[in-house]
Amino acid sequence: MSAGHGETSWCFSQVKGALNDDITDADVISCVEFNHDGDLLATGDKGGRVVIFQRDPSSKAANPRRGEFNVYSTFQSHEPEFDYLKSLEIEEKINKIRWLKRKNQAHFLLSTNDKTIKLWKVSERDKCVEGYNTKEESGRILEPKQITSLRVPSIKPMDLMVEATPRRVFANAHTYHINSISVNSDQETYLSADDLRINLWNLEITNQSFNIVDIKPSNMEELTEVITAAEFHPRDCNLFVYSSSKGTIRLCDMRSAALCDQHAKLFEEPEDNEMNNKSFFREIISSISDVKMSNSGRYMMSRDYLSIKIWDLHMETKPVETYSVHEYLRTKLCSLYENDCIFDKFECCWNGNDSSIMTGSYNNFFRVFDRNTKKDLTMEASKDIIKPKTVLKPRKVYTGNKRKKDEISVDCLDFNKKILHTAWHPLENILAVAATNNLFIFQDKF
Amino acid sequence: MADQKSDDSLYPIAVLIDELKNEDIQLRLNSIKKLSTIALALGEERTRTELVPFLTETIYDEDEVLLALAEQLGTFTHLVGGPDYAMYLIPPLESLATVEETVVRDKAVESLRNVAAQHSAHDLEVHVIPTLQRLVSGEWFTSRTSACGLFSVCYPRVPASVKAELRNLFRQLCQDETPMVRRAAAGKLGEFAKVVEVEFLKSDLIPMFVQLAQDDQDSVRLLAVEACVSIAQLLQQEDVETLVMPTLRQCASDSSWRVRYVVAEKFVDLQKAVGPEITKTDLVPAFQYLLKDTEAEVRASAATKVKDFCANLDPTNREQIIMTSILPYIKELVSDANQHVKSALASVIMGLSPIFGRNNTIEHLLPLFLTQLTDEWPEVRLNIISTLDCINDVIGIQQLSQSLLPAIVELAEDSKWRVRLAIIEYMPLLAGQLGQDYFNQKLRDLCFNWLNDHVYAIREAATLNMKKIVQTFGTQWAETNIIPQILVMCKNNNYLHRMTCLFCINALADVVGADVIKRLFLPTIKTLSTDPVANVRFNVAKTLSKISAFLDTATTEAEVKPILEQLNTDADVDVKYFASEAISTIAASA
Repeated sequence: MSAGHGETSWCFSQVKGALNDDITDADVISCVEFNHDGDLLATGDKGGRVVIFQRDPSSKAANPRRGEFNVYSTFQSHEPEFDYLKSLEIEEKINKIRWLKRKNQAHFLLSTNDKTIKLWKVSERDKCVEGYNTKEESGRILEPKQITSLRVPSIKPMDLMVEATPRRVFANAHTYHINSISVNSDQETYLSADDLRINLWNLEITNQSFNIVDIKPSNMEELTEVITAAEFHPRDCNLFVYSSSKGTIRLCDMRSAALCDQHAKLFEEPEDNEMNNKSFFREIISSISDVKMSNSGRYMMSRDYLSIKIWDLHMETKPVETYSVHEYLRTKLCSLYENDCIFDKFECCWNGNDSSIMTGSYNNFFRVFDRNTKKDLTMEASKDIIKPKTVLKPRKVYTGNKRKKDEISVDCLDFNKKILHTAWHPLENILAVAATNNLFIFQDKF
Repeated sequence: MADQKSDDSLYPIAVLIDELKNEDIQLRLNSIKKLSTIALALGEERTRTELVPFLTETIYDEDEVLLALAEQLGTFTHLVGGPDYAMYLIPPLESLATVEETVVRDKAVESLRNVAAQHSAHDLEVHVIPTLQRLVSGEWFTSRTSACGLFSVCYPRVPASVKAELRNLFRQLCQDETPMVRRAAAGKLGEFAKVVEVEFLKSDLIPMFVQLAQDDQDSVRLLAVEACVSIAQLLQQEDVETLVMPTLRQCASDSSWRVRYVVAEKFVDLQKAVGPEITKTDLVPAFQYLLKDTEAEVRASAATKVKDFCANLDPTNREQIIMTSILPYIKELVSDANQHVKSALASVIMGLSPIFGRNNTIEHLLPLFLTQLTDEWPEVRLNIISTLDCINDVIGIQQLSQSLLPAIVELAEDSKWRVRLAIIEYMPLLAGQLGQDYFNQKLRDLCFNWLNDHVYAIREAATLNMKKIVQTFGTQWAETNIIPQILVMCKNNNYLHRMTCLFCINALADVVGADVIKRLFLPTIKTLSTDPVANVRFNVAKTLSKISAFLDTATTEAEVKPILEQLNTDADVDVKYFASEAISTIAASA
């Protein structure tokens, strides 16, 4: 595989979801996640549904390989609810999906809305039972006297059926909205984080969870900071990180104490006194919307409003790499504040060998950065390119006066079209990009 | 063959078989639980060739059904034709041993172990060992974790060459890439060690144990601690010292608190396993270390082991070890910063008195008891009070009674009703230990106060408490000391208190005898039967229905019935309902 080496140019492979402009809110995709071998791709939407796509076996076997996915299973994971005690509506929107490592023929995933986490089993069935004693094949019920011999039912093959069954419901542990779930490398526990607390669960136990982080001040008026994302280390079962709205990331070691209120490391960029400090928006745009550990476990990546930062776990003082995602928006913060876009939570992801990273932007643009060559690409998930093998043209936003051909002005960007959720295939160069209600699949050129 | 009969007796079986695939899970479950009936009707051969293969394919079902199936198959040997045919049961159990649900897998393994034990030595080698090998090399970790449980039943019954292979397979599982399998292997290491020859235990299993105890995953290391206990029991003293102790020492000071916590949890087992000499040289310092661990969970766990650890010390030098090495740490724990640690200690500290003896208890422990009795956390005080009986035999309760009363009073008036509830529950114990006079003087009024508590649960508990106290001190005492005060409550302005009076009568009726009921209770009940509040009146009806069981027929006729008949004409429907209920209850028992 050439993942991340040399110059990759990307081409369109597939688009999922209705292509007309008539979009219902429930169809808006709210998370995208590949499973560990990349054969399955799950999306969650605002309507509480989970759709699982399966890699087309022929596209995987083809030479060159193609990244094509077909719908494998669709199920309603969460329903809208109402909390009568607090008089609050609980949305069915799926906030996060996490796959479990495979444990048998079936696949397992965790899905969560604001309050409740569910463990789903997705399994195949291709056999059914046949043969009754008390009725005939036609369905006619037999009289007791007519039964002269006993018949053991037999197993017959049938058309493949994929069924999703809820296996566990982890409820009633979060007062605030769940923003992250992450499965531990011990494959026995997982964490769930809301705005102020992080809980640790055993995957088999639904009636208790342990609170490992609690940043709720005794007086809520003193609240200055919320948890925005949390994730376990990919290998060290005792380490996890969580990011905050103040732009810091804390690394905690569960070995040292049962309650991880004391962090082991605090990652924070020194303040840049010259320009940022004066800005009214400084704190808002430094809020971290997503944090992801690298596959190697050595680095982590954080996404704030304008940039992506890569941190070495061994260095707390400053990030080792910083990539600006859409620096041209710095002058537009005022209007982005007015239309609430400044609070958009962009996610970010690593490729399989940590050499490239991806995140989304506005105008259906998404960005891919090559960490080795430092090349960066802006591409557009657009309905105009939906012809297989169409190579994606790099897009450029111009800020100065001289507009070149094919460049787009900042003022022409459509801020209603945003790409918040993206996923990179764990082994190959296949990208899944959620643009409102459409899921685009891209792959390296073939 | 059973199925040649053409009579109605086949029909229930036919229904059972059909319900194996009914859509209603309850019916399927029901059928699975009666699988032996189906098998008996089918006969051994058809069970082997038709029923079992069918069951092998039904692993798609719900967990409850699979669990029941796994359990049934474990006792199925006689239904497939006895031990000679036991191998027919292996395929379904093997597939059940790979499902994702742990309880089902565990049950399947348990049944596999039963079934494996029923195989002849030859069949074991031909049928069970290949199954074990398949599970060990299974693609998914579920089958590999299940494999771990089969080693100890197979190993003792196979020839040496196969034994060597089994040890190798087990080593493979100990080094598995997934933590789940390593955890399963660590969990079964102890029982496997028990059946392995000592030479191989030392040469093969100890290295696996050492490796698991150094695993990267906390959850694997902590299971190795449990294996420690089993392995130490199997070795000679000097081998324990060289082969087990280095690892145990390392676990006791592991960087993860969860591992240290398990060491603390297992400490008494470890102490028994390693013997007195190593306990003295190694475990005592380790215990000190745990008692002042940085993590409160670990200290709390160690604190609960203080009594058992001291009790199991070698009697020849027990006192000296306790006084010089343990007591100073206990003293520190009494003023620990964490309430759970203190309350863990409080739950066992009184139990130390018999071990300490009278003089040492008075000199060293009594001050600690007194400190804990005044602790700021109610749970600490409650735990001390709840174990008072431990010291009564050693130093007598009088030593404590001075400090006890303020503690009890404070708990009795605590603002949290759960605390008040807890102390009420210890009241009968306290009354028994402290005696009638003390109770009359100091505690009786508290008990009355609870009857007027504004929380119903407290009033309810207080009524039951009254009953238990009367059981302890007798009817005669009750008549002069508590019944008058209770009966006076029927004149209270608050109807809730008048109801409490009724509830007390209800509770006490069980223990005071017919004479008191007739002489003292009935007049009060009669008064209350004309109470302006309907709730009181229908409780009168309920009470009468209960106490009439203790009264003779003449009294019931003369005194109880007229009241009930009057209530039966009450304007309130509930009162009428309960009155008529009571009338029919009394009529039925007459």
